Amino acid sequence: MELFEYKAFELAQMLTDKQISSSELVSAFINRINTVDKKLNAFITKCFDDALEQARIIDQKRVSGANLPLIAGIPIGIKDNISVKGLKMTCGSKMLENYVAPYDAAVIEKLRQSGGIMLGKLNMDEFAMGSSNQTSYFGACRDPYDTSKVSGGSSGGCAAAVSAGEAACALGSDTGGSIRQPSAFCGTVGFKPTYGTVSRYGLTAFASSFDQIGTVCKCVKDTAMLFDVISDKDHRDSTSVDKKYNCYNSLCSDAYGLKIGVPRELFESVSHPDIIDSFNRSVNLFKDTGAQIIDISIENTKLALAAYYVISSAEASSNLGRFDGVRFGYRAKDCKDINDIFIRSRTQGFGDECKRRIMLGTFVLSAGFYDDYYKKALAAAKMITKRLDSLFEQVDIIALPTSPETAFAVGDKLDDPVKMYQSDVFTVFANIAGIPAISVPCGVDKNGLPIGLQLMSKRFDEQVLLNAAYAFESAFEGIPKPRL
Amino acid sequence: MSQYHTVIGLETHAELNTKTKIFCGCKNEFGSKSNTNVCPVCLGLPGALPVLNRSVVEYAVRMGLALNCTINGVSHMDRKNYFYPDLPKAYQISQSFVPICENGFVEFWYDGQVRRVRIERIHIEEDAGKLVHAGDRAEETYIDLNRCGVPLIEIVSKPDLRSSGEAYAYLKTLKAILAYLGICDCQMQEGSIRCDVNVSVNKEGEALGTRCEMKNVNSFSAVSRAIDYESDRQTELLKSGESIHQQTFRWDDIKGKNYLMRSKENADDYRYFPEPDIPSVFISESDINKLAETIPELPNAKMIRYVTEYGLDTKEAEYIAFDQSLSQFFDECINTHKYPAKSYCSWIMGELAKHLNASQKGLSQTRLTSAMLNDLLDAVNSNVISNSAAKSVFEVLLEKGGEVDSIIAELGLAQISDTKTLESIAKQVIDNNEKTVQDYHSGRSNALGFLIGQCMKHSNNKANPVKVKEILLTLLG
Repeated sequence: MELFEYKAFELAQMLTDKQISSSELVSAFINRINTVDKKLNAFITKCFDDALEQARIIDQKRVSGANLPLIAGIPIGIKDNISVKGLKMTCGSKMLENYVAPYDAAVIEKLRQSGGIMLGKLNMDEFAMGSSNQTSYFGACRDPYDTSKVSGGSSGGCAAAVSAGEAACALGSDTGGSIRQPSAFCGTVGFKPTYGTVSRYGLTAFASSFDQIGTVCKCVKDTAMLFDVISDKDHRDSTSVDKKYNCYNSLCSDAYGLKIGVPRELFESVSHPDIIDSFNRSVNLFKDTGAQIIDISIENTKLALAAYYVISSAEASSNLGRFDGVRFGYRAKDCKDINDIFIRSRTQGFGDECKRRIMLGTFVLSAGFYDDYYKKALAAAKMITKRLDSLFEQVDIIALPTSPETAFAVGDKLDDPVKMYQSDVFTVFANIAGIPAISVPCGVDKNGLPIGLQLMSKRFDEQVLLNAAYAFESAFEGIPKPRL
Repeated sequence: MSQYHTVIGLETHAELNTKTKIFCGCKNEFGSKSNTNVCPVCLGLPGALPVLNRSVVEYAVRMGLALNCTINGVSHMDRKNYFYPDLPKAYQISQSFVPICENGFVEFWYDGQVRRVRIERIHIEEDAGKLVHAGDRAEETYIDLNRCGVPLIEIVSKPDLRSSGEAYAYLKTLKAILAYLGICDCQMQEGSIRCDVNVSVNKEGEALGTRCEMKNVNSFSAVSRAIDYESDRQTELLKSGESIHQQTFRWDDIKGKNYLMRSKENADDYRYFPEPDIPSVFISESDINKLAETIPELPNAKMIRYVTEYGLDTKEAEYIAFDQSLSQFFDECINTHKYPAKSYCSWIMGELAKHLNASQKGLSQTRLTSAMLNDLLDAVNSNVISNSAAKSVFEVLLEKGGEVDSIIAELGLAQISDTKTLESIAKQVIDNNEKTVQDYHSGRSNALGFLIGQCMKHSNNKANPVKVKEILLTLLG
């Protein structure tokens, strides 16, 4: 087995036991990237020299007997909307093609403190708007299981890179499913924690109420390991909560007595038979391990997607205002006055999907429309949150498919945004309610493309959620690795 | 035909003098080198997040309490979206839907009566940066972002003001209150207080007229001029049968003219919505009570008290009341109940004001205490020293402090009340001024005054003038 094929926690053990050095490990991943990334396009920016230098420092520390955190020396990829001092942060946009971040995001500080090694910045839909990674200015990122298919999005680069062994694990962001959906497409474990458990400081805002940094890993154990590193109270993020997790050491694969709610009516309309089959088999597997399956109904589910797109677009239209060509980022040439700078820089710097959301968001916040759209969407979001909260008084976990489909062909759905938005139909609940959710591989379709099982729990119940996912993963035979 | 009346509402922005900015740890300081008090947050860099400075909340609540507002235990921050090069995030974090304070009022003495102006709301928000236009060339504009994130409160009045003079008095009152609370530097030239002025005109008994707004007026006197200009403009239009359109102007104080910025039809839509990065702002009843305890009797209340209770005139009352240390001193004096308020007032308005003006100092930089002033008044009243000698003693008290008695002794200023000594001085003066004595006897009224003055001069101002007069009258027969 090649080094890049191991799980992060296994590599951590090998590093601790000094079977390998971080330098060897990083070199192995660099080789892998050099070999496969031209087929995938997962990386926008690579920082191999710095990665090797950091690895050398970690190795020295280890040799001199230092007691290092688990993650020390492990090669990690970072979604390109997270600020890393000295590295370009493009957010997948022409607007920020040459923007070099002058400071570290809170999660990057955490990674540096624990010795995680950053390999580079990963491809994404432009400003995280998209479900296929096709809106990236730097080109679509492809699915390692079939490079004619999309990786999913917006954290497509994270999922593809981890799936293909280009990074041991990755940090992504999830606003409406942006970690879970590409993870389902690429056969990785994608985890969106409770809103507020991981600081957003340094994460380029898309929809501030929903944005959450999370992890893309090869397995649940890696997920727990990485989550423990990045979750903490941060005084620079007012929405951050005072909670420190230790999920890795408490991870337990016992699902006996776990109450799992299944909202069947929600995915009755899923037309992909393999997804339903895999889901049903997953539920049965849970049953076999002693979990109790309970039929539930989320109610008003149709409102979720609409509410999500109204609120997220409203916030996005405001959050993206700062990209105006004045202080940093793209500026159109030969502008005649300040309004010309604003208009032409934004017209030329943003892609179609960003413009669509900015216009949508601007519209729903406009005088005369605010009450009919934005306010109603907030009310719908509140209703859904309340319903989920009350469901979690009956069940520990809600299980549903991550995505209504498997990876689709590059080029698909680009001209039908509403169809594209439907990709998020199962994932937006967790963002609306701020609850944790995880996607774990639970099968492949008849074409060998991965299928994801999504589990959600109540707020701050990360341990319960990760345990459930771990129980499933331990009982499940797994899916084949991608062949590249 | 009935007269047109002017109706004015003011939106007053005051920069708070907290140590740090409203949403980040940068220094809140005027006059630093351009673009040095900045960080990812106030520069609006991608990924940066605002964290509300708690002091700003407390300052705003104190102003709200001073203006008799209801304090909202839960308020919210909102985003006001617009594009401008001095606004890095393309939105200003402000309070639109639920401000921290609302429904208050402020009372002040104006035009011989207590006026009450209702306060609609006070909210907290961030300031924007500053555009610096280099020379005349339009293509060179620089941006100084030091001011981005400087905390502001916006105090919005109801349209309760009726004249430029009243608006001026209202603004002076707000400024004095801000200074009393110590929450604003009140340096007009540094832009720490700025106004948006709303003016409409109507006739007695009619509904309010259509209002026009003048943005960013930078001084109180400019506010006053802008109001007069706009009120005249609207009145003229109405008189000639035209109607007023809701418009926003920029007031050019140098040219004394309004420039149209926009009409209602093309008014900005700021697309306000709740700021998702900042949770609701909470302030508890007990915190509000604690803050209420920090609020002293305010200058407007003091001024009203000085006029109505002690009979000070408006000018005197304002001069003393609007200066925190002066009014504290004045109140201390009054509370000794030794002399009438008017006597203290005349010393404050006279010798003290003269000294403070000349030395450019505040009262706190002098050594004067109320006990000293009382001792001095005692000395004058018991004829130990003359009024003019008292001025010399007062000067010493201001500069060095000390005991009134010993200063009098040191300066040799003790008044001569001894009849024998005074008689000999008077005799000498009468002998030396035969002509004046004749004048006196022929009924010239000012002759006696001259003779008294001569006696004072001979005694180096130490003679007791009352006694001198008595003696002169006796001697002259």
